[in-house]
Amino acid sequence: MREGGGQFLLIYILRRLALMVFVLWGVTLAAFVISHVVPADPAAAALGNNAREEQLQDFRVKNGLDKPQVVQYAVYMGKLFQGDLGVSLRTQAPIAADLRQFFPATLELTLVAVVFAVLIGLPLGLIAALRHNRAPDLLARIFALIGGATPVYWLAILALNVFHERLGWLPGPGRIDAYSLAPPVRTGLVTIDALLAHDPEVFVDALRHLILPGLVLGAFSAALLTRMTRSAMLEVLGQDYIRTARAKGLPGGRVVWKHALRNASLPILTVLGSLFGSLLTGAVLTETIFSWPGIGGYATSSAVSLDFPAVMGVTLVAGLAYSLVNLLVDLLYVGFDPRVSYA
Amino acid sequence: MTAAPMLASARSLFTDRRSTLRKLLRNPGAVVGLVLLALLLVAALLLPPLLGSPLEQNLGVRLSAPSTAHLLGTDQLGRDVLSRVANGARLSLGLGFTVMLTSLVIGLVVGLLAGLLGGWWDEALMRLTDIFLAFPGLILAMAISAALGPSLLNVMIAVALVSWPTYARLIRAQVLSLREREFIDAARALGAAQGRVALRHLLPNSVAPLLVQASFDVGSAILTAAGLGFIGFGAQPPTPEWGAMVSETRNYISQAPWASSTPALAILATVLAFNLIGDGLRDVLDPRSR
Repeated sequence: MREGGGQFLLIYILRRLALMVFVLWGVTLAAFVISHVVPADPAAAALGNNAREEQLQDFRVKNGLDKPQVVQYAVYMGKLFQGDLGVSLRTQAPIAADLRQFFPATLELTLVAVVFAVLIGLPLGLIAALRHNRAPDLLARIFALIGGATPVYWLAILALNVFHERLGWLPGPGRIDAYSLAPPVRTGLVTIDALLAHDPEVFVDALRHLILPGLVLGAFSAALLTRMTRSAMLEVLGQDYIRTARAKGLPGGRVVWKHALRNASLPILTVLGSLFGSLLTGAVLTETIFSWPGIGGYATSSAVSLDFPAVMGVTLVAGLAYSLVNLLVDLLYVGFDPRVSYA
Repeated sequence: MTAAPMLASARSLFTDRRSTLRKLLRNPGAVVGLVLLALLLVAALLLPPLLGSPLEQNLGVRLSAPSTAHLLGTDQLGRDVLSRVANGARLSLGLGFTVMLTSLVIGLVVGLLAGLLGGWWDEALMRLTDIFLAFPGLILAMAISAALGPSLLNVMIAVALVSWPTYARLIRAQVLSLREREFIDAARALGAAQGRVALRHLLPNSVAPLLVQASFDVGSAILTAAGLGFIGFGAQPPTPEWGAMVSETRNYISQAPWASSTPALAILATVLAFNLIGDGLRDVLDPRSR
C-alpha cells in the first residue's frame, strides 16, 4: 500500500459507513411505507376475528397504531436512535430481545453453511479448472448447474428422509436432542456454549444437528462458488504470467497456489459476499423444515400475524448484516489484490 | 468487461439475428436448456386439456404409484400429479415471465434516467437501488403477501419489487460506458432529443447483457415464488402451484415420493433450463466473460 494509504482507507471506510447508515434509514422508510400502505389491520390479526371493536381500539391505542402514519414513523425512528426497536405486537416482548434470542441460531447455521460451501465449492472449482474439459470438470459443472436450480426445501425434505428417517445416520430437526440439557446461554451458539460449559457430549450433539441443515443451506452457495472458482481460475490459468511461471520451471502446485489462486480470489470473494443474501433467504426455508429456532421462523410468524414492527426489526438486522458483509468484502479486496486501492 | 466487444455482439444480435441464433444452437448447454424449455412449454400448453382436472379428488386412489391411469401417480387426495404439475407449469412460467418483464421495465426506467440525467438524479436513484438491494427479498415478499393476502398476484408484485435493482445497475453501467461514444455524440449533434437517444441508440446497444440477465431472472423468479408458495405465502391450496404442492405432500415423502418430487423436479428443470439458456446467451453474445 502506498504511503498515506492508511489515511485514505480510513476515509473510505468512514464514507462507506455513512452511506450504510443512509441505506439502512432508507430500508426502514421503505419497509414502513410498504407495511403501512397495505390495507391490513394488525389489531385484528393479533386479537383474532372475534375481538370486539373496543378491544381492537384498545390494542391500537396501546401500540400507537391510532396515530397518523407520519407520527408513527417519527416515533419509531426516535426510539430506533436510542437502540429501541419497539415491542412486538405478537409476542409483546421487546423486539431487540426477540432478535437477540433468535439471531444466534441463524448465525450458527449460516456460518456452518458457509464453511460447507467453501469446503465443497472451492476445491471442486479448482479441480474443474485444472482438469478443464475432462471428467472432473464435467462432474463439477453438473453439480454447479443442479445445485443452483434445486429448491432448498425439497433438498431439506429429502435429506431428512434419507439420512435421518431411513439410514438414521444423523439427528432430525432441532438444535440438540430432546433429552439433552441445553447449556447455559452465553453466546447463543449452542456449540460454543457447550464448550464453555465443558460439556463435550452436548457439543458433539449440537454439531451433529448442524450437519444436515448446514449442508442443505450451503448447497446452493457451494454450487455458485464452484462455478465462480472454476471460471475465475480458467481465466487466470490462460494468462501469460502463468505460462511464464510454468516455463521457468516452478512446480505445478506452487503456480496454482501462489500465482493463480491469488489472482482468482477477487471474483471468488465477490461471490462469497453476494451469497449472504441468498443464505438468508435459504435460512427462512431451511429453518421451517428443520424446526430451527432462528430468525427465519421468527420472520415468518411475524409476517403471518402482521407484526410489522417485528418484520421491520428483522429487515433492519438483515440489511445491516448484508451491508457489513459487503463492506468487509470490499476491504478484503485491498488485502488480496495490491492493484486495488481506495485512495 | 469492455464496451467494444459487447457493442459488436449487441449489434450482431440485431443486424445478424440468424447468426446469433445459430451460434446458440451450437452451444450444447443452451440446446439442452432450449429443449427443456420447449418440453415445459408443450406440457403447459397441451397437457392440461388432455388430462383430468387438477383439482378432482378421488380418495379411492390416494397416494397410488405411477400407472397407466395416472402416469405420475396421485397425491394424498387422489389427485392426478401429472395434471397438477402441468397446470402448475402454466402458473410458474407465466409468473416467471411477468415478473421478469415487470422488473426489467422498472429497472430500465431507473437505470436509463440515472445514467442519462447524471448528477443529483444519478446519486438519488442509485441510492434507492442500494436500499432495495440491501432489502431481504423473501422477508419483504412475505410481509407484502401477508398484508395484501396470500395470492399469486401479490407474490409477483413482491418478487418484482426486489428484483429490479439488478437491471437498474446493469443499464446504468451500459449508459455510462456508451454515452461518451462517437455514435451517441453523432446522434446528439444531429439534434436527436434525449428520449430518442435513449430509446433508439442506448437501449438497442444494451440488449445483450439485459437478455442474459433476463434469462437468469425468469428462473430465479420462479424459484423465489415457489419458495413463497412452499411456506404458504403464495397461491393457496388447492391451486396447483409447484411450491405449494411440495409443501402439501411433504409428509408423504416415504409412502409416495412421486407426489412431492414431481413438482420439485419441475421447478429444478425450469430453473435449470433458464440458467442454461442464460449461460449460452452469455457465451454467444459476450465470449469474453464466462
